[in-house]
Amino acid sequence: MTRLLGAPDVATPLPRAGHGLIDQIEKAGLLGRGGAAFPSATKWRAVAERSRGDAVVVVNGAEGEPQSHKDRLLMISRPHLVLDGAFLASRVLRARRVVLYVGERHDAARQAMLRALGQRTEPERATVTLAAAPARYVAGAETAAVHLITEGIATPTNVPPYPFERGVGGAPTLVQNVETLAHIANVARGIYDGTTLLTLAGGVARRGVVEVPIGTTVGGAVSASGGLRERPRAVLVGGYFGAWVEPEVAWRMPLDHRTRLGCGVIGIHPASRCPVCDVAAIMRFLAAESSAQCGPCFFGLQALAGACTRISEGGDHPTDMQRLQRWTVEVRGRGACRHPDGAVMFLSSALQVFAAEFANHGSHHNMSQIA
Amino acid sequence: MSKPVMLAVDRIRCDGRGLCAELLPELIRLDDWGYPIVKPGPVPDRLLPLTERAVEDCPVLAIALRRGEAMR
Repeated sequence: MTRLLGAPDVATPLPRAGHGLIDQIEKAGLLGRGGAAFPSATKWRAVAERSRGDAVVVVNGAEGEPQSHKDRLLMISRPHLVLDGAFLASRVLRARRVVLYVGERHDAARQAMLRALGQRTEPERATVTLAAAPARYVAGAETAAVHLITEGIATPTNVPPYPFERGVGGAPTLVQNVETLAHIANVARGIYDGTTLLTLAGGVARRGVVEVPIGTTVGGAVSASGGLRERPRAVLVGGYFGAWVEPEVAWRMPLDHRTRLGCGVIGIHPASRCPVCDVAAIMRFLAAESSAQCGPCFFGLQALAGACTRISEGGDHPTDMQRLQRWTVEVRGRGACRHPDGAVMFLSSALQVFAAEFANHGSHHNMSQIA
Repeated sequence: MSKPVMLAVDRIRCDGRGLCAELLPELIRLDDWGYPIVKPGPVPDRLLPLTERAVEDCPVLAIALRRGEAMR
């Protein structure tokens, strides 16, 4: 099953596509692979209904998730397939413009996309521009992409209006992850076979990207990449906006739409590392990555990160534990974008799975002081 | 039948002045940083006049009433 990564990347003529492609996408049950798992057909239909030949297609290759590499790898190895999806979107949605939104540090990916673009002969080629996504966690959010392309500021904005209503320059806009576009190109050619890209991180024998059939278990995905390097203590499914899962539960867990697969990062946390210290570090990262627009996110995530850090540095803090429990509930749903929601979902799952480690962290701290 | 009235906070605009929670403690309380937490569900009819007052008096115009679907 290597429909995306195993096949050669060549510029082949685009299949004829009209509105029927949206029905095909729906029939394939394709969900966005950027993290939100939103049904792609619904998004396409919403833009198609509003487009008067003025729609914009944003090819989202921002990939701001620190552990994720699959979008970069896909842009490097299958740039033509990604462009196929983008051009098909442009035709079906009657777009006047295609924007390649690629992470500013993803040089190889950007170069590969531009090289492939130079080999294209379709009229859409002339409508393509490039925009650099700042290396920030929130820059990949749909409204942040639209905001950056329109006004040069990669911060999320309030919804509604959604990008499909008023996106780049006020035009109906499709913002679609590069992997999703690649799958759509295969749907249009009738060769989509339900795979997904995953990035395996942490205590696996071989870190990196694998392509597996949707529904593969975490255990199956880890085996596909050469197995474990260390005994796992927990698995983080879905990256920093995902959830911690006990290894024995995760191993049997099928990775499909019912799982919060997010951007497809599977992180194996080895038993040799302290989860409390690692969770605190990730919370500090997520707090620093708040775009500082909404109070509950900016102050809330800082406070959550601070409490986690106090526990990780000083041991047991009963009041901090109570605050963590309360704040994770209170902060949720109170930002313009989903950044605070993702961060507190990550933390609540950590507080459950690592309850014992959080409760008894003092001893670990003292041990590491001695060592 | 008219759609239920929902209280919506523009989270980007809101800068935690806290007036809303003083005017409408029945529906709004403040978190530890002074930002409003809105009680879930539609605004009860009996509180509509007070809610409209809170909407009008927000110094940064960050609250709105919406019929039907609520904003986040």
